[in-house]
Amino acid sequence: MYLILDTNYLIQNLKEMSNGNMNLTLKVWRQKNAQTSGKFVSYKAENISPDMSFLEMLDVVNEGLTHKGDEPINFDHDCREGICGMCSLYINGHPHGPKRGVTTCQLHMRTFHDGETITIEPWRASAFPVVKDLAVDRSAFDRIQQAGGYVSVNTGVTTDGNALLIPKVIADEAFNSATCIGCGACVAACKNASAMLFVSAKITQLGLLPQGQPERYSRVQSMVAQMDEEGFGSCTNTGACEAECPKEIKLTNIARMNNDFLSAKLFREEEIHEAKH
Amino acid sequence: MSLDAKIPEGPLADRWNKHKFDLKLVNPANKRKYDIIVVGTGLAGAAAAASLAELGYNVKAFCFQDSPRRAHSIAAQGGINAAKNYQNDGDSVFRLFYDTIKGGDYRARESNVHRLAEVSVNIIDQCVAQGVPFAREYGGLLDNRSFGGSQVSRTFYARGQTGQQLLLGAYSALNRQIHAGKVKMYTRTEMLDVVTIDGHAKGIVTRNMLTGAIESHAGHAVLLCTGGYSNVFYLSTNAIGSNVTAAWRAHKRGAYFGNPCYTQIHPTCIPVTGDHQSKLTLMSESLRNDGRVWAPKTVEIAEQLRKGTIKADQVKEDDRDYFLERKYPAFGNLVPRDVASRNAKEMVEEGKGVGGSGFAVFLDFADAIKRLGEDTVRAKYGNLFDMYIQITDENPYKQPMRIYPAVHYTMGGLWVDYNLSTTIPGLYALGECNFSDHGANRLGASALMQGLSDGYFVIPYTLGDYLAKIGPKKVDTSHPAFEATKKDVIAHINKLLALKGTKTANEYHRELGHIMWEYCGMARTDEGLKKAKGLIQALKADFWKNAIVAGENEEVNASLERAGRIADFIELGELMVDDALMRKESCGGHFRVESQTADGEALRDDENFAFVAAWEFKGEDQPEELHKEELVFEAVHLSQRNYA
Repeated sequence: MYLILDTNYLIQNLKEMSNGNMNLTLKVWRQKNAQTSGKFVSYKAENISPDMSFLEMLDVVNEGLTHKGDEPINFDHDCREGICGMCSLYINGHPHGPKRGVTTCQLHMRTFHDGETITIEPWRASAFPVVKDLAVDRSAFDRIQQAGGYVSVNTGVTTDGNALLIPKVIADEAFNSATCIGCGACVAACKNASAMLFVSAKITQLGLLPQGQPERYSRVQSMVAQMDEEGFGSCTNTGACEAECPKEIKLTNIARMNNDFLSAKLFREEEIHEAKH
Repeated sequence: MSLDAKIPEGPLADRWNKHKFDLKLVNPANKRKYDIIVVGTGLAGAAAAASLAELGYNVKAFCFQDSPRRAHSIAAQGGINAAKNYQNDGDSVFRLFYDTIKGGDYRARESNVHRLAEVSVNIIDQCVAQGVPFAREYGGLLDNRSFGGSQVSRTFYARGQTGQQLLLGAYSALNRQIHAGKVKMYTRTEMLDVVTIDGHAKGIVTRNMLTGAIESHAGHAVLLCTGGYSNVFYLSTNAIGSNVTAAWRAHKRGAYFGNPCYTQIHPTCIPVTGDHQSKLTLMSESLRNDGRVWAPKTVEIAEQLRKGTIKADQVKEDDRDYFLERKYPAFGNLVPRDVASRNAKEMVEEGKGVGGSGFAVFLDFADAIKRLGEDTVRAKYGNLFDMYIQITDENPYKQPMRIYPAVHYTMGGLWVDYNLSTTIPGLYALGECNFSDHGANRLGASALMQGLSDGYFVIPYTLGDYLAKIGPKKVDTSHPAFEATKKDVIAHINKLLALKGTKTANEYHRELGHIMWEYCGMARTDEGLKKAKGLIQALKADFWKNAIVAGENEEVNASLERAGRIADFIELGELMVDDALMRKESCGGHFRVESQTADGEALRDDENFAFVAAWEFKGEDQPEELHKEELVFEAVHLSQRNYA
């Protein structure tokens, strides 16, 4: 028999659990919009629980600011489980903070210590202009994908999914590249603000699979051209992107992209010429 | 107005084919004279926008995120069902249809579900062609896994990130059409109202979330692909931004809302750690294959566990209550989602909850590790264990996981007919946003299937019929209806911005969540629901007096966005309670304590409640009017579920 009992005592319990014992100083980049210049502003984050995620800690600070009639800190976020790629933040000199292989929404306050000063900045790259405070405009990434990050098939395919045999190792390798969440940490980590890890992940995914072959060499050229047009820098093989990528996308993707790009330029000029028309 | 579901006649299996032939077509040269508005870019929205643009229509697509790729479909883990029968294990279109109807506890429309099962096979072919890296076997063939509520292996998957891969496939198709100039994409743009002219939807009013500009967009039809409303509970597995606003504003303009009380609660989520918590994270259903669910036998031991004076592994075998195994010996830990969830809640209410908050029970792998070895368990569930460690800082190889149910999906949504049209002609609802295919409970791996089915394979056909009938006469925003709707939107925003009280929108949201979870969650009573109605009405009045909304309209303003969404959630919450009060039976995820079998299972009342509840908005603070669509079952026989 199911009954409904009063669980208010437990709700009270939850309130108490949120009162943590960490007190932090935040140095946060505040900037009204892309046209104005910004500056660091310091805030106190008090009674923070180590179980909070980094974004939940910012929620607490924002609630306090709202109560005081001040403007809350603006930052991008959505799924809060590390897959949508919307959250960002350059925390103490690292995109998505000091832990490897996680996004900011999965970073918990137990990673920091009581009394610490935490510096929080937006992604810094001229191709990612600041929208407000910690949020930046990553539409350049969408435009690169629009330039060729697809297989040209219309809805209504009638070929059976199993008509195409794909070796497991190839499918798995393509999947590894396809896990990129498009957050932009690779660009933020790179001293040249290069987007090559991001671009090469899509080129590798489709370049490995049989479905991607017909457009393989035109795709790499059009995506790279768009990448250049957006103002991203070039790769100098530092590897910071791989180290900071929350999905641990490998540097080998860039090697594959370079290989395809060179092949296209040196040996496949005719096909590319045709592809443009 | 009487509800006409426009179900085609003839034998169930032939209906969709016959209907496709009967639908009017728009000739290729005329398609470019039509403008279509698509709101939302998840599986349903991105698939619809891309497919319609490929056909030649001009599409305008909208999302509130910074990129269409962020839509919450991306977070779906498990997989997507399709009746391919690649495993030669007896699957068929009819079996997928049957499992879905039964899983939905006989509260879905047969014709829609059969069509869903039919097109499921096309979805896999389409996604493979796009380059979606599904899991493969060593021979190169597509791999399948099993899922709850079915006895065949028909689930296609891409590791634990199937939603991500399918969405990126649809996103790539959308990108191709953006590049071709057939789709114009509006990101960081929130739809705030539907514009109707002579009863037909002819456009939307949006707010540019960067500049605050309130803009009108005209089109021959509007497609809402805006997802579900689980966030009415404050804490859910949905993204923070997921909201009901687009659907709710459409409802207030005349679109009926179907079965709002049908919500799904997933039994195995990581428990809440405090009032600060902003969302819940799911742990895959597959863990119940090897994990054993238990709670301490006595309140005293639970108290010690909550305080941390003893650890779970110190609790003696005799002091543990493996309550699912005890109550359901046949199914044990693998009872369906709703049953597992309700039992965990019962333990907590008896004072036997564990973890710091008391809102949790254990999911223990000690026996599995003893039987299979830690390495085998790691190989099977390693990524889930890692995720658990990440969030809780506890090691589930040493101590049992703590789990608790969380709201995960909403089966209810805008009422649509067989063509996916709402009760406003020209306004369509696709994916989780509509009510149509899952009845009172959704089976695992069926949400992705429905979103893509609606977007790729249903709407491209059914929309053409409507467009051919209304003709390609240009619609533009010069009609006074656009200006009038815009005025309403601006007035609503100004009313929100004028709120300079003492409580943030977030605080109201949390209170609403407590009310909904307590009285309209896993178990519902007449008394509790009536109490909830009063509490929600009081909360609404208080919100419009005492809320604080920061900043101004002409800038990026998360506080304003949030407040608008919470105001709509509060109104939806009241309708959910009304719907739950009206439905005096239990079915699927809707459990009325007054209607249960001797074993404590959901007891349906087919005689009085075999209908879809479609609610009509009658004006601010007026009771909504109930319309009933009787459900007719021709192919399946209604029966009582039993898992003991």
